[in-house]
Amino acid sequence: MGMTITEKILADHAGLKEVTPGQLIDAEVDVALGNDITAPLAIEAFKEMGGKRVFDRKKVILVPDHFTPNKDIQSAEQCRLMRKFAKEQQLSHYFEVGRMGIEHALLPEKGLVGPGDLIIGADSHTCTYGALGAFATGVGSTDLAAAMATGKVWLRVPETIKFIYYGRRQPWVGGKDLILYTIGDIGVDGALYKAMEFSGEAISALDMAGRFTVANMAIEAGAKNGIFPPDEVTLGYIQGRIKKDYKLYNSDADARYSEVREYDVSSIEPQVACPPSPANVKGVKELAGVEIDQVVIGSCTNGRVEDLRVAASIIRGKKIPPNVRLIVIPATQDIYLQALREGLLEVFVEAEAAVSTPTCGPCLGGHMGVLGKGEVAIATTNRNFVGRMGHPDSQVYLSNPAVAAASAIKGRITHPEEVAKE
Amino acid sequence: MKVKGRGWKFGDDVDTDAIIPARYLNTSDPRQLAEHCMEGIDPGFAQRVRQGDIILAGKNFGCGSSREHAPIAIKAAGVCCVIAKGFARIFYRNAFNIGLPILESAEAVEGSQQGDELEVDLGKGEIHNLTRGEIFFSQPIPPFMQELIRDGGLIRHIAKRLKGTA
Repeated sequence: MGMTITEKILADHAGLKEVTPGQLIDAEVDVALGNDITAPLAIEAFKEMGGKRVFDRKKVILVPDHFTPNKDIQSAEQCRLMRKFAKEQQLSHYFEVGRMGIEHALLPEKGLVGPGDLIIGADSHTCTYGALGAFATGVGSTDLAAAMATGKVWLRVPETIKFIYYGRRQPWVGGKDLILYTIGDIGVDGALYKAMEFSGEAISALDMAGRFTVANMAIEAGAKNGIFPPDEVTLGYIQGRIKKDYKLYNSDADARYSEVREYDVSSIEPQVACPPSPANVKGVKELAGVEIDQVVIGSCTNGRVEDLRVAASIIRGKKIPPNVRLIVIPATQDIYLQALREGLLEVFVEAEAAVSTPTCGPCLGGHMGVLGKGEVAIATTNRNFVGRMGHPDSQVYLSNPAVAAASAIKGRITHPEEVAKE
Repeated sequence: MKVKGRGWKFGDDVDTDAIIPARYLNTSDPRQLAEHCMEGIDPGFAQRVRQGDIILAGKNFGCGSSREHAPIAIKAAGVCCVIAKGFARIFYRNAFNIGLPILESAEAVEGSQQGDELEVDLGKGEIHNLTRGEIFFSQPIPPFMQELIRDGGLIRHIAKRLKGTA
């Protein structure tokens, strides 16, 4: 019987010839990741369990990205604890402010995760790395602590749902729209405990930035992981970045799937998820006219240079209206520098946007753009739960960078073609 | 292992931002987290909840982020057990790992109302609604998981075993 790419990676990391869905395995971890919110709890737990040294100082990665640059004294204390631990343990990969980035944009960019890896991270969007053909899943701080100590994690082998995307994407439609459309179709628990495997000609045609966006939001459908079979696009991306061994896996032709779903992407227009659920998805035209106070372009979902290029192409030469605040956050220092060199940041600043150093900040209502009572935002982020970006009576719409940029120019939710035509 | 308390009812897809809004994640102190438990969905919950109370919720409870602060806040607020139609994957692991017992039972959730007195036998998977005189069933929590809960979570459970006092 054939296996899926997810099953093959899990089997290899558990030292088994094959695994089947439902099976419990003890698997070796290639990367264990924590951030400034989850790592402090994991470090406490690590010490409480009697941990002395991490299992491998090159494989435990810590990134202070959520409330950094430190937003208040308590956040500073959490970062201090993490910094001290990284120094004590002589971790190879601890990224200080000024060198850091949003973890899920940073790790692939630095070549620290690659095809065939098994990655766990105490952050739900760890599933992003599945875009590279890796098994990556979010865990809590206790699981991270155990993995830091032992290099292992117990996992239940998930069933896989296969998603096949046909056809050609319409203009202004990107990875974000494909995943929002899919979550709208299956719901926030549509892939609960399962693997989401993305394939088809429209997936092959997606660049790595688009694939990271799709894999990133697998958790928004409840999935354990999202995964893309690696191809030339994957290899082109990792070339020159990755400095360790990697392995290309692919699903067998006779692999078992719990379900197969097919979509014709040519009929999908830019999508917007309405508050308060990522599954509450509508076509952008249906929402035309919804007035907004703030726009955020950034996050682990859509803060890559490709996203900034799309946004800048719409904003270039225009001004944000006085009643709207646009906040642009390049996801990593390298993206920031690249955007600077390409003149993208100039486009944003001239349009009267605020450009921030990398941080998760506003996505989770932390800092750098928290919403007040009754305020409405459109953001390229990943969640729009009640109070996600600030006040419980604020609202967040989720979209791709083109829709967010066009909406910033108009002060209301807008299809990008309306602005691009002007 | 039995617990007893008043039921608090919530709907489907209660997310981790509702359980503990991210603005409070600049600490991992359970007492501070407890003060804001369920604030995103019921701002008065933390003040009104009593030691031993039970949360009753719909499907996909705990969806969203991986923050272990969510089950920690619930446990520290005094809630002794969460019964839901279903749980999000990461929350499920986190709850046991920090020693918060959780049970899946759609019928118990459907058949109980806000404020009902409930008695739960974790080892038998029996949920008695004392107010309505009804009994509901769920998968029992196996003995080793009960021990883990009794020890206060996975870390203390392992530490105890490593010291050979188990």
